[in-house]
Amino acid sequence: MSTLEIKDLHVSIDTEQGEKEILKGVTLTIKTGETHAIMGPNGSGKSTLASTIAGHPRYNVTSGSITLDGEDVLEMSVDERAKAGLFLAMQYPVEVPGVTMTNFLRTAKTAIDGEAPKLRTWTKDVKEAMTKLKIDADFAQRNVNEGFSGGEKKRVEILQLELFKPKFAVLDETDSGLDVDALKVVSEGVNRAQAENEMGTLLITHYTRILRYIKPEFVHVFVDGKVAEEGGPELADRLEEEGYDRYLNVKA
Amino acid sequence: MSETTTHIPEEKARIGAPSIPGFTEEGEDLSPINDNGGSPLAGASTKAHSHGGGVGVPDSSRAGRPTSTNVDDFAKLTGREEDWRFTPLKRLKGLHTDELTGAAPKIELTGNDIAKLSVVAADDALNGVAHTPDDRVSANAWKYASETHVVTIPKNAEGAKATLRITGESLAAAAQHVIVVAEENSEATVVLDHVGSAVLAQNVEFDVQANARLTVISLQAWEDDAVHASSQQALVAAGASFKHIAVSFGGDLVRVNPSARFTGERAEIELYGLYFADAGQHLEHRLFVDHAVANCKSNVLYKGALQGKDAHTVWVGDVLIQKAAVGTDSYEANRNLVLTDGARADSVPNLEIETGLIDGAGHASTTGRFDDEHLFYLMARGIDEKTARRLVVRGFLNEIVQQIGDEALQERLTETIEEELAATSN
Ligand SMILES: Nc1ncnc2c1ncn2[C@@H]1O[C@H](COP(=O)(O)OP(=O)(O)O)[C@@H](O)[C@H]1O
Ligand SMILES: [Mg+2]
Repeated sequence: MSTLEIKDLHVSIDTEQGEKEILKGVTLTIKTGETHAIMGPNGSGKSTLASTIAGHPRYNVTSGSITLDGEDVLEMSVDERAKAGLFLAMQYPVEVPGVTMTNFLRTAKTAIDGEAPKLRTWTKDVKEAMTKLKIDADFAQRNVNEGFSGGEKKRVEILQLELFKPKFAVLDETDSGLDVDALKVVSEGVNRAQAENEMGTLLITHYTRILRYIKPEFVHVFVDGKVAEEGGPELADRLEEEGYDRYLNVKA
Repeated sequence: MSETTTHIPEEKARIGAPSIPGFTEEGEDLSPINDNGGSPLAGASTKAHSHGGGVGVPDSSRAGRPTSTNVDDFAKLTGREEDWRFTPLKRLKGLHTDELTGAAPKIELTGNDIAKLSVVAADDALNGVAHTPDDRVSANAWKYASETHVVTIPKNAEGAKATLRITGESLAAAAQHVIVVAEENSEATVVLDHVGSAVLAQNVEFDVQANARLTVISLQAWEDDAVHASSQQALVAAGASFKHIAVSFGGDLVRVNPSARFTGERAEIELYGLYFADAGQHLEHRLFVDHAVANCKSNVLYKGALQGKDAHTVWVGDVLIQKAAVGTDSYEANRNLVLTDGARADSVPNLEIETGLIDGAGHASTTGRFDDEHLFYLMARGIDEKTARRLVVRGFLNEIVQQIGDEALQERLTETIEEELAATSN
């Protein structure tokens, strides 16, 4: 079992108006096999948390810590974090020119595992995973995310999740922009990864919709760069009915 | 995204040619090198001409550009001329002003023994078979080249392979003249392999006779201090095909001007290019496809990568579809990938169409940046920074490398690209 521990995390970014604090003391512990939902209104800092865990250079950690089984994650470069078993399914996956999916997937898998996958089983694994996620076979020859629709990009993120087998996955609004069918397909992919690899999941979402397919044990409500309330799945049900107004009013 | 595409109504499946999503920057720009005060050098049929969406750079018609073998017919260069405005004249090491009396790089022929190499005098009647200088440096080279190396591919020859290793051994300004004659119905690959150190003005002629198929790879693999201005002109006869691939990565200043003119129908011209500019390097390619006759096809694709401070590339693609050239099918594109800050890619496609009765004509230019978001995405998948860059650049340039039929040469280029990438500092 592994543990990802975030303690009193403060994060700021450089803006034209100077430094702006976005995360104002976030504390959160996830163990492998667990599913945590982070819910919150737009602009509350959810993506900032996700990107900071992955190590995006734009975000400055001013205090606090992130550790993975006691190892200092903040000391690791972006690729080292991925190799250590962290995965971020991005809210807006970028298009990478000139690199085919096939080449990209194999290069990444090799980097993460520290050795090249056996070609025959790898090709089979990729094909199967693509079929299950209803990704067209010809995507393999296309450049990474190039010209993919929003929904296709999200599926390809989950494809990577299934192939790279991380210890912890952060899913940043993977549900947004998906129709019901796609949402089901993507959720099944996440559930498979959890079942097969005992993955710990940090599911970031604005809406409760996806929680019908991926069941969290823990729900954290994020408001203004902090966890405003924590609870079990019942908290999500309450949010479904009441929305975020309660928290925003308290703040005002 | 900065795609400009010019097309006519009949255009088939060319509209919106494959773009490079994620690429955002417009490379087309005015010269940073020579100030733009003067009027462009222009011939009789000068006209203002700009293309949809692009910066309105006035370009004079290629048809009207003066040509002459006499250097005195060209005015002294100021750097403000349309065709010199991007070139740092100070770094030409006198190729445009001096007597080019240095020793020309030595030429050795290797390959199978189908192609023949001979040397003829500078006043031999063969000189000018496919070439007339159209700028001052080219005319200066014409004046000072003391002899001409001629590669002949005999009539009906199949599978001829010839590599001219052109080795520079001095930095004294020199001139050189090379002619490749691909006789009727022959098939050949000719490599011009430029290595060593030189300050060289060069004219290369390609006489591509009826139904011949000639592939030329001009490789600029010079040492860092080389200066090279090469005017390479082809005449392409009926039923012939001419494929020219310019590959430039070595040298301080390299300016290669490939041009090709159709002289007979049902012929095909493909001009490809690949360049990789490092800090301080100036790599310039100005090409010209002249559709002077009907029912011919041309395709142009140049791709370049840039890295390091003051790496500068220039691509100008002139395609002229003359009034007589009905049934023309033509497309040209230039794609640049900027890998670091401080590098600059200028890209100017010029398409002139004098008849509406064509099958298709289009052009595209994109200059994209490999930015932090691309890098972050790949690194977040465990790929280290060096590998990430390599992955992107290799993929980007591979399209051109694949055009090179020769396996050993492909391998050498792939290695070169790796070396260039290893030099990326950040
Ligand atoms: N590059 C940036 N420049 C200025 N403000 C930013 C930038 N990135 C994020 N922010 C601000 O940080 C806050 C949190 O953003 P984000 O983490 O994306 O929230 P969420 O994912 O919850 O919608 C918002 O107020 C947003 O406007
Ligand atoms: Mg967000």
